[in-house]
Amino acid sequence: MDIMGILVNVLLFASPLIIVAMGGLFSERSGVVNIGLEGLMIVGAFVTTATSLILQDMGMSFLVSVLIGMVLAVIAGGLFSLIHAYASISLRANQTISGVALNMLALGVSLYLTQILFKAKETEPIGIGQHASSFLIPGLGDIPVIGVFFDWRVILVAVVVVVTWYVMYRRPFGLRLRACGEHPSAADSMGINVTKMRYQAVIISGMLAGAGGALQMLAFAGKFAPYTINGAGFMALAILVFGQWRPFSVMTAGLFFGFLRVVGVTGSSLFPGLPIPEQVYFALPYIFVIIALILFSRNATAPKALGVPYDKGLR
Amino acid sequence: MNKKLANFNWRKILIPIFSIISAFIIGAIIIAASGKNPLDAFSALFSGIFGNTYYIGEWLFRSVPIILTGLAVAFAFRTGLFNIGAPGQLAMGGLTAVVIGIFVQLPWFFHMPLMIIGGGLAGFLWGLIPGILKARYRVHEVVVSIMLNYTALYFVNYAILKFIPNPTNPAQSAAMQPSATLNVPGITELVAAIFPNSRLNFGFLIAIAACIIFAFIINKTSFGYELRAVGLNPSAAEYAGMKVNRNIALSMAIAGAFAGIAGAIYMTSLGKIDVEQGLTGYYLLGFDGIAVALLGNSTGVGVFLSALLLGGLKAGAASMQAFAQVPAEIVEIMSSLILLFVASGYFFERILDKRAIKKLHKIRQQKVEVSE
Repeated sequence: MDIMGILVNVLLFASPLIIVAMGGLFSERSGVVNIGLEGLMIVGAFVTTATSLILQDMGMSFLVSVLIGMVLAVIAGGLFSLIHAYASISLRANQTISGVALNMLALGVSLYLTQILFKAKETEPIGIGQHASSFLIPGLGDIPVIGVFFDWRVILVAVVVVVTWYVMYRRPFGLRLRACGEHPSAADSMGINVTKMRYQAVIISGMLAGAGGALQMLAFAGKFAPYTINGAGFMALAILVFGQWRPFSVMTAGLFFGFLRVVGVTGSSLFPGLPIPEQVYFALPYIFVIIALILFSRNATAPKALGVPYDKGLR
Repeated sequence: MNKKLANFNWRKILIPIFSIISAFIIGAIIIAASGKNPLDAFSALFSGIFGNTYYIGEWLFRSVPIILTGLAVAFAFRTGLFNIGAPGQLAMGGLTAVVIGIFVQLPWFFHMPLMIIGGGLAGFLWGLIPGILKARYRVHEVVVSIMLNYTALYFVNYAILKFIPNPTNPAQSAAMQPSATLNVPGITELVAAIFPNSRLNFGFLIAIAACIIFAFIINKTSFGYELRAVGLNPSAAEYAGMKVNRNIALSMAIAGAFAGIAGAIYMTSLGKIDVEQGLTGYYLLGFDGIAVALLGNSTGVGVFLSALLLGGLKAGAASMQAFAQVPAEIVEIMSSLILLFVASGYFFERILDKRAIKKLHKIRQQKVEVSE
C-alpha cells in the first residue's frame, strides 16, 4: 500500500472514533461517564444500514439513502441516549452500569429489529464497494494528494471538532457545561441548571455517537452485524482519556489510533517479511490503549465531578 | 431469628422483583408491537424452561457459567471495583482448560481438577492485570478490562488456529481427550436418569460450591472483611492499616478466577472452544455476569438465584423463537432492561418512599381525628 492509500485509510478509520470521542467529550465534560457510546454507535449503524437498504429497495440512490440514514441515526442516537440520561441523571443510577445496560440494550434491540425487518441474523451489505467514490465531493475530490480531504465524511468530522472546540471554550454554554463537570454545586449556586445541562450534554453525545456509528459501519463492515462496531465506542472513550478531554488533542489521538487501526487491518500486508500473526496486529490498538493509559495516568486531568451524580441535598 | 426478620430490608428484594416485572411488561409490549402475541411468546418461553425434565436440565446447564461470571463481577463489586473484564477472563480460562484437555492425558479424577484449576489460574492472571494497574497507576479498571477483552479475543483466536486447530472446521478447536470431561461416575448416571439427554453435568455442583466459597470469603474471613472495607471507604480502610492496593489487585484477580472457572466448565462441557469474530457467543456470558451480580445484590445466594433467572431466559429463548417466531434477542433486551432498572433502584425507592409517607400522613390524620 502506498502513502496515499495509508492516508485515506487513516482518515477513514479515525473519523468515526473522533466524532464519537467528541460526543464523549460533551458528556464527560458535563460530569456524566458515557460507556454507552458503544451501544449508541450500534444504534446509529443499525439505523443507517436499515434506512439505506430500505430506501435503495425503493429505488433511491446510494448516497441519498445513506445521508437520510445518517440523519435518522443522529436522531435515534439522541433519543436512545435519553435512557442513559434519565437513569444516570434523574434516577442517579451508577453511570457505568447504566452505560453497560445501554450497550446490551442497543445490541439486543438492533439485532431484534434486524430479525423482524430482514428475517436474518445480519443485514445484506449496503453496497459500499460499488459506491466508494461517491463520498468524494465532485471536482475537488479528484485533486491529487489533497483530494482525499474532500470526502464529506472527513469534512463532517473536522467541522464537528472545530465546533466542539468553539462551543466548549468560546461560548457561555461550554463554560457552563464544564462548570457542571468540575464543580456542579458551585455551578448550581450561580444559577446554572445542572440537570438540564447534563441532559443536553448526554443527548449531544448520543447524536454524535449515532453519526459515528454510521461512519464506522461505512468504514468497516458495510452492513449491520453483531460485530459491526466491535469496540469502537470503547476505543473512542480511551481516545478521550488519551487526549485529556481537549478537542484538538482528542482529534490527534484519534488520528494516531486510526493509524494503528490501519496497521492492524493491513499490517500483515504492510510488512510481509515479518513473522507476526495478523491477530497481533488486530490486538495492537487495544494493547496500545492500555500502555497509553499507564503513561498518561500521572497527569490525568479528568473533570473533577466525573461519574458523580449531582444531588442538591448533599451540597 | 424474628428480630433478624424484622430488621430485614425488604427493599433489597422488592427492587429486583419490581425490575423483573417491569422488564417482562416492556418485553411484552415490544413483542406485541412487532405483531406477535406476547402470551404465546411467554408460554413458549416458560415451557422451554420447565416444559419437561430435558428442558429443566438444559436450564440448569445454561445457568452454570452465568452463576460463575456473576460471582466474578460481584466479588469485584464488593471491593468497589467494576469487573467488566469477565468476558476476557472467561475466554482465557476456557482456552487454558481446552489446551489442558487436548495435550494432557490423565485419569479423569486428575484431569478434571487440573482443567478447572488451570482455567481459574488463567482467569486469575488475566484479572490481575487491571487489578495491578488500578492499584499501582490508578488507571481505571473499566477501560483496561474492556481493552483486555478484545486482546483476549484475538489471542484466543490466534491460539486456537495456531496450536489446537481443528483440521475439518477452522471455526473451532480440535476435540478434547475422552478423559477431559465433567462426567463423574455415579453423578452422571443419576443426572442422565433425572434429566435425560440434557447437558447438565458436575459443573453445576462446582458452581454451587463457588457460591458457598464466595459467601464464606466475603462474610466469614478477615480478608473478605478487608475487601468490603476497601469497597465501602478506601481511605478509612487505609487509615485502619489495611493494605488497600494489595486488596484491590487481589480482588480483581480472584474475580478473574471465578470467570476463568466459568470458561473452563463451559468449554469442557462443550468439548471444544470456538473462534469468535467479535465479543459475541461465549463472551456474552461475561456481560451477563454484570446483570446477575447487580440483580443479586452481589451476594452468593442472590447471584445464584439471579443466574437461574437469566439462565432460564436464555434457555427458553430458543423455544420462543421456534414455537412463537419471536427473535431470541428479546431475552437480551429484557435482561439489559432488568440491569437498567436495578441500577435505577432510586426510582422504585421513591415510589416506596411516597407510599410510606402517605401511610404516615394517614396515621397522623387518624390520630388527630381521635384526639379531636
